[in-house]
Amino acid sequence: MQVVVCAKQIPDPANPYELEPDTHWLVRPAEQILDDTDRYGVEMGLQLAQADEGTVTLVSMGPAGNMQGIRQALAMGADKAVIVDDPALRGSDALTTARVLAKAIEREGFDLVIAGTESTDGYSGVVPQMVAELLGVPALTYATAVTVGDGSVTIHRQTAAGYDIVEAALPAVVSVTAGVVEPRYPTFKGIMEAKKKPVDTLTAADLGIEPSLVQKVVSVEPAPERQAGEIVEDDGDAHLKIVELLEKVKVI
Amino acid sequence: MADVWVFCQEADGAPTSLGLELLTKARELGTVTALYLGAGSDGAFATLGEYGATAVYHFDPGDELASGPVAAALADLVQSHRPRLLLFGQAYDDRDVAGRLAARLGLSVLSNAVDVAIDGAVTTRHEIFGGSQIATATVEDDGPVVVLVRPKSFPAEPVGGGTPTATPVDLPDVGAAAARVTGSHVEEREGPQLEDAAVVVAGGRGLGSPDGFELVERVAKALGAATGATRAIVDAGWVPYAKQVGQTGKTVKPDVYIACGISGAMQHLVGMKDSKTIIAINKDPEAPIFSVADLGIVGDVHKVLPKLAEALEARTGS
Repeated sequence: MQVVVCAKQIPDPANPYELEPDTHWLVRPAEQILDDTDRYGVEMGLQLAQADEGTVTLVSMGPAGNMQGIRQALAMGADKAVIVDDPALRGSDALTTARVLAKAIEREGFDLVIAGTESTDGYSGVVPQMVAELLGVPALTYATAVTVGDGSVTIHRQTAAGYDIVEAALPAVVSVTAGVVEPRYPTFKGIMEAKKKPVDTLTAADLGIEPSLVQKVVSVEPAPERQAGEIVEDDGDAHLKIVELLEKVKVI
Repeated sequence: MADVWVFCQEADGAPTSLGLELLTKARELGTVTALYLGAGSDGAFATLGEYGATAVYHFDPGDELASGPVAAALADLVQSHRPRLLLFGQAYDDRDVAGRLAARLGLSVLSNAVDVAIDGAVTTRHEIFGGSQIATATVEDDGPVVVLVRPKSFPAEPVGGGTPTATPVDLPDVGAAAARVTGSHVEEREGPQLEDAAVVVAGGRGLGSPDGFELVERVAKALGAATGATRAIVDAGWVPYAKQVGQTGKTVKPDVYIACGISGAMQHLVGMKDSKTIIAINKDPEAPIFSVADLGIVGDVHKVLPKLAEALEARTGS
């Protein structure tokens, strides 16, 4: 089985994000990490591929930088990576992103595409569905469990009340929630091997895509600040302060 | 008047509150058509009318996964009627249908909006960086634009309109893009629904272990509150995803939100910072949660919560 995992390199969320002054695009340093959300997708892909001697190909869009994030996913065990890095794609909206990913996925060939439900830095939350539509396959979304067998895929699909069981014939796109599987940590051997694994770097033109920007962020301003509250150190009776406030706002 | 189409899903036989919020907003923007997903009923259509829909397209996918066939049928309607704006919620099926529809027709999508206007162009506002900044975005396109709105961005207010005519929409066979729903599992829940509760008691990593969440449950029970959780402890498997508050979970605006052992990552703040009163208990005085708290207790949740639970239980005699 050919598994493609969509993976994104993002600026480390542990550091405050910055925007470029004119475009309001996120500043992307050379050093970017693998989006934590995608570690679950990579792990799920590896487990499903390993079960039937399949392969896992990473597909990514964005500035390649020093490829730290992509190498991280390769070190977990993915076989190869394709990264579409083109300055003309900066500021792309969800649909352009999906078009690029779908073209790159088609180029590689696939039985199953796995993606996170949304990236941590952009979180539009619609890219996996768009990729599925462009590929003409079902989008089995928000999976908390995934099994593959006999040419079909079955997931537990998160709902507001619990989950639904959803199944479809392959090929398909599956988006996975964090927690679907426990991601492995790369081993030393994995890290060394990752340095030799093939990484193709493509431009939009290589995929026959002409980027266009129809959306723009016209301004970014600070939100009105919430009035600072009272901060107290617990001296053993802090719970009484809470009771007092709950009385004041009349919930008890 | 602009034509505004509003996606509205059914839950327990009635439109969701998210759908009613979007209908309420859409009335300000133009003439409102509801896109209703579910089994449908006279009562449900009447509610859509009460909140401002003057027409309804009704989609009932049965046990098919909705997104493929509904997006295909909706695409045909959008092409023949060319509405100016399509509003969806930032919710599961909304995202699926909106994403497929937009890809099918090449429409621009703006996600996570907290406000939307039609001012020549379609303009949206978005909270970014955990709500500390507001970004304003526009789409340079006169055609239909798709906007996904975060829950609880607008109040849901009835306007008292009559029952609109509901037109059933035939769903096409989408062939290789089809998927089937073969079962449904409802998680058991105690106390009120998280999104609608007046009081929410939520826990994070600072609780130390899955057992620590029992303290949160005990305080919630004494207050008749719903329990919530951070992404960190949901990912760690301490509590089910249905309790997650934040960017990838639920958005809540209760009268009181009590954050227990929650540091206040941007991811979490965006889902709860508009609560009326916020109480935070955390060991770290530098925790970002204190920047949105009305009352911040710098202390150990394992010491404060048992005393709080006792005090509350003593009052209610529970």
